[in-house]
Amino acid sequence: MNLTVIVLFLIIVLATLIITYYAAKRTQTTGDFYTAGGGLTGWQNGLAIAGDYLSAASFLGIAGAIALYGFDGFFYSIGFLIAYLVVMFLVAEPLRNLGKYTIADMINARFDAKKVRGAAALSTITIVIFYMIAQLVGAGALIQLLFGIDYWIAVLIVGVMMTIYVLFGGMTATSWVQIIKAVLLMIGTLIIAFLVFQRFDFNIMHMFSEVKTATSHGADYLNPGLQYTVPLDTISLMLALVLGTAGLPHILMRFFTVKNAKMARTSVVTATWVVGIFYILTVFLGFGAAAFVGESQILAANPAGNMAAPLLAEALGGDFLFSFVSAVAFATILAVVAGLVLSGASAFAHDIYGQIIKKGKASDRQQMLAARYASLGVSVFSILLALMAQTMNVAFLVSLAFCVAASANLPVILYTIYWRRFNTTGAITAMFLGLLSALILVSMSPNVFSPTEGAAIFVGDPIFPLTNPAIISVPLGFIGGYLGTILSKDQDIERYAEVKVRANTGYRGS
Amino acid sequence: MSIESDYKMEYEAEKKTDFVKVAKSSSFKQLIKARKKFIVPLTIFFFIFYFMLPVLTSYTTFMNAMAIGDISWAWIYAFAQFVMTWILCIVYVKKSASFDKQSNQIIEEQLKKEE
Repeated sequence: MNLTVIVLFLIIVLATLIITYYAAKRTQTTGDFYTAGGGLTGWQNGLAIAGDYLSAASFLGIAGAIALYGFDGFFYSIGFLIAYLVVMFLVAEPLRNLGKYTIADMINARFDAKKVRGAAALSTITIVIFYMIAQLVGAGALIQLLFGIDYWIAVLIVGVMMTIYVLFGGMTATSWVQIIKAVLLMIGTLIIAFLVFQRFDFNIMHMFSEVKTATSHGADYLNPGLQYTVPLDTISLMLALVLGTAGLPHILMRFFTVKNAKMARTSVVTATWVVGIFYILTVFLGFGAAAFVGESQILAANPAGNMAAPLLAEALGGDFLFSFVSAVAFATILAVVAGLVLSGASAFAHDIYGQIIKKGKASDRQQMLAARYASLGVSVFSILLALMAQTMNVAFLVSLAFCVAASANLPVILYTIYWRRFNTTGAITAMFLGLLSALILVSMSPNVFSPTEGAAIFVGDPIFPLTNPAIISVPLGFIGGYLGTILSKDQDIERYAEVKVRANTGYRGS
Repeated sequence: MSIESDYKMEYEAEKKTDFVKVAKSSSFKQLIKARKKFIVPLTIFFFIFYFMLPVLTSYTTFMNAMAIGDISWAWIYAFAQFVMTWILCIVYVKKSASFDKQSNQIIEEQLKKEE
C-alpha cells in the first residue's frame, strides 16, 4: 500500500464529487434525473456509452483472459464489439424515436398494457442486479488487493460513492463520470499498449513470435481452443455477447439522453470507434502481461487473472503507472455501477410506480422522490447481495447478464419495431420465456453444479451441459413471442402504423 | 414541461395525425423499402461473418496455419472483424444521411401539413 495510490484514488473521488455537486444544481425535473434533460451531444453521449460499457469485465477481465488463454480470451473482445453493429443497425434510432426514459416506454409506444410494462421492468431489474453484483465483487477484490482493507469495506466504499452520484446528480452526474472515465481508461490503455509495443521493438511479428514461447502453453497459446473446448459452448457464449448489448437496459437508457435519432446515431458510431480501439488494445495488454509479468505471478495475484493489467502497468512503468492504472480501474467500476443504479431505479420508479401504480398521473415532484428512493433501494440491495457473493466469478455473472438481456429483452425490442402482427400476449410470452429459460438453464449449468468441490456453488453433476444457455434461451425468447402472438387474436394495425412512422421518421419522438 | 402535459400533447396530436395514411403513402413505403434493402443484407452479412470465426475455430483447425510469420489465419480473421465493423460504421453513417433526407421530406409534406 503506497501513498501514490491513495492520492490518485482521492483525486478521482474528489473530482467525481465536484461533478456531482454541479450536476445536482441542474437536476430539477424527472427528465433531468433520468436523461440529463436530453441535453447531451452525440459525441458526449458516445463517450459516455463507451464509459458505461467498458466495465471491469472488459478492462480487468479480458486483459486477464488473453494473458492466460491467448486467442480464446480475445473472443470476448470480438463479441463485445460486433454487438455494436446490432445496436447501430437495428435498435438505436427506432429506440430513440419511440421511447422516453426506459425500454418499457418504447414497448409501450405500441401496447398500453401494464402487464407488458411490468414484465419489461422485471427483466431490466434482473439484468441490472446480475451486472451490478459482478461489478461490485470486482471492485471489492481490486480495492482489497490494493489497500489490504477488508472486502466488505471495499464494497461499501464503492456502493456509497455510486449512491451519492445517482441520488444527487442523476443522469447528468452519471454521464460526466462516465465520459471522464472513458477518457482516463483510453489514456491508461494507450500508455500501457505503447510501452508493450516498445518492448517488442514496435514490431507486430516480433510480438507474436515472443509470446509463442512466453507461456507454459507454448505455440498453443496463439491457437483457439485453450479455454473453450466445447464447440457449442463457445458459439453459445458468442451469441450471448453479440445479442446482449442491444438488450442491456443501462446502455439503451443512454440513447434517451440525446435530442433525436440523428444524435443517437452519432453516439453509437462514436462509441463503436472508441470501444473498437480499446478492444484492439486488449491484445497488447494480454500479450504484454503474458510476456512481462508471467503466468505464475498473474495467477498468484488472482486465480481468474483479473489483476493482469495493473501488474503489467507495474512491470512496465513502476509504482506510478501501477497506481494510475489501479485508479483508472476504480473509476471504471464507479462509472458503470452508477449507470446501473440509474437504470434499475428507472424500472422501479418510472415504470412500476409512475406508470403502473400512478398510471402516469404522478406529479413531477412525486416522480423525483420515487426515483431517488428507488436509487437508494437498488443501491442498498445490490451492496447486500455483493457482500454475499464474494466468491462468485465476475466474468460468469456478466455473461449471464448478457444472456438474459439477449433472451428476454432483444426479441421483444425487435418485434416491437419490426413486426406488424406483434401483440401484447406475444410481448409477455417472449419476455417470460426468454427470462425464465435463461435463469433455469443457468441454475442447472456447470457454473452452478460441478463434480469437483469448490469449483461451483453446489457439488454435483450439471443437468445442463453448457455454461452459457444463450443458444437455447435466445431462440426460445423469439419462439415465445411468435407463438404468443399468433395464438391470441388481438392486434392493432393502426397502432403499428403509428409506431412504424414514428420509428422511421422520428416525427413526434418523445 | 411536465410529463403529463407532454403525454397529453402527444395524445392530442395522435388524434389529429393520420398515421395510417402516412404509412400507406408511396414516399413512406419507398423509405421503408430503401431501409430494408440496405439493413437486411448487411445485417445477415455481419452475423455470418461474425459466427464463421467461432464455428471454424471450434470445428476445424485449418485456421491455425501461419499466414504471416507467426501470425495465424485465425488472428487475421479476428482482426478482420474489427476492420469490418469500422467499414460498416462508415457505410451506415453515409447511407443514413440519405434516409434522413427522405424522412424529413415525409415530415414536411405529410405530417406537418395536418397540424
